[in-house]
Amino acid sequence: MNFLRQSLTIAAKDLRAELRTKEAIQASLSFALVILLLFSFSFDPSEDEMRALSGGLLWIVFAFAGALILNRTFAREIPNDCLDALVAAPIAGAALFLGKALASFILLFVMELVCFPVFGIFYNIGWTAQFWPLMLVLVLATWGFTVIGTTFSALTVNMRLREIMLPLLVYPLMIPCLLAAIRLTSQLVAGQPLDPEVMVWMRLLVGFNIIFTSLALVLVESVLLG
Amino acid sequence: MTDAAIAVAASAVWKFHGDYPALRDIELSILPGQCVALLGRNGAGKTTLLRIMAGLSSAGRGTIRIFGNPVRERETRRRVGVLGHGISIYDELSAIENLRLFGRLYGLANPDRSANEWLERTGLDRARNGLVREFSRGMRQRLAVARAFLHEPDVLLLDEPFTALDDRAIAVLQDVLRRAREQGRTIVMSTHQLREALDLASHVALLNRGKLGYFGERTPEMLADTGWLYRHYDV
Repeated sequence: MNFLRQSLTIAAKDLRAELRTKEAIQASLSFALVILLLFSFSFDPSEDEMRALSGGLLWIVFAFAGALILNRTFAREIPNDCLDALVAAPIAGAALFLGKALASFILLFVMELVCFPVFGIFYNIGWTAQFWPLMLVLVLATWGFTVIGTTFSALTVNMRLREIMLPLLVYPLMIPCLLAAIRLTSQLVAGQPLDPEVMVWMRLLVGFNIIFTSLALVLVESVLLG
Repeated sequence: MTDAAIAVAASAVWKFHGDYPALRDIELSILPGQCVALLGRNGAGKTTLLRIMAGLSSAGRGTIRIFGNPVRERETRRRVGVLGHGISIYDELSAIENLRLFGRLYGLANPDRSANEWLERTGLDRARNGLVREFSRGMRQRLAVARAFLHEPDVLLLDEPFTALDDRAIAVLQDVLRRAREQGRTIVMSTHQLREALDLASHVALLNRGKLGYFGERTPEMLADTGWLYRHYDV
C-alpha cells in the first residue's frame, strides 16, 4: 500500500469518526459564529473600515476556533490507546501525519467556508468579487495553520494541559502565516486583485507551507516515539 | 546462529526513566516458535521491554532486532502483532470498520475477507456493523484480539493479555494463542496470571527490577507450583 493511500486511509478514518461524534466541528463552528456575532455587536465600523479590518477579524476567528479542531487531531487517539496501534502498524510516520493533517484541514476549511457568508451578512459586506483568489489564500493559509497545529497536537498529546499548551505553542509560530493571510484576505475581500505589491505575501505563504510541511514530515517519527 | 534465525534478539538493552534504569543490560534470544512468558513483579520492566520490542518506544542503549531487522523497519512491523494494555480500537467506528482500517494499514490483500474471518473466529460476526461504543467490555476485548491477530503476525507481543478479560474472551484468546503456537508463531507475553501463562509457555523470562533474573525453558516445577519461580529467584 503506497504512502498516499495510507494517508487517505487515516484521513478517512478521522473524518468518519468526527462525522459520527461531531465533537470538534460543532465546538469550532459554534465558537467561530459566536465571536463573529459578538464583534458585529461590539463595533460599528463603516464599510471601508470593515473591509480593511476583515482579514484580521476573520483570521483571528479562524485561529481561535481552529485550535479546537487541531486539539482533537491526536487527542482522539488517546481513548483505548489507539495511537499505539497506529505507531506499531507498518506505516510511515509521515503518512500518519499527512492523513491526520488532511482530515483536520478539511474540517478547518469547512468551518471557514461557513464563516464567510455569515461574516458577509453580519457586517453587510460583499466578499465574493475575488472569490477564487480568496479561496486560494484560504487553502494555503489553512494548510500552514494545519501543519503547525498537527505537529504540536502530536507533541502535546500526552500532556495534561494540552488544550492550553497547543495554542500557546502554535500561535507564535503561525505569525508569518497569519500576517500573510490577513493582508491577502483584506485585499481580496475589498475586491482588489492580487497586485505585485501583495504577491510577496503570497510567496511568503507558499514558502512557509513548504518549509513547515517538510520539517513536519521529517520530524514526526521522532515526535511520535518520544 | 545468524540474527535472521532469531525471532527476537535483545542485545545489551537499557532504558532510563530520568536517571532510573527501568531496564538493565537485557540480553535475550527468542527463537521462532517459542512462547515466552515474561514475568516479574509490578515495575520490573515487563511493559517497558515489550514496548521497545514493539517499536513503540526506543531503547536508551542497546538494540532489539526481530528476525535480524530493526524493530522500526516497516517490513518488521508487518510481522509483529501487538496487544497492549489498551484495546486500541476506535469507539466511533463499527467492528468491521475497525478491522478493515487495520487490514488496510497492514497492507492485507483482502482486508474485508480477513476482517470477516476474524469477526467469526472471535464470535463477533453478528455485531460486525455495530459501533464499538455500544459493545460490552467482553466484546471490545475480543475485537482487540481480532485486531492484533488480523494480519497473521509471525511475532506476537502481548502485554498482560488475560487481565480483566471475561470468560469468553479468555477462551477466545487461549484458543487463538494455542493455534498460533501450533502454527509456529513466536509469542512473548507479560502477565501476572501465572497459571494461564505457564500453561501456554515453552519458556520463561523473569525480570527483577529491570534485570533479567532467569531466561530458559519452563520446567515442571514451575507448572506444579506457580509461586516456585518467584521464591527460587528471590523476586
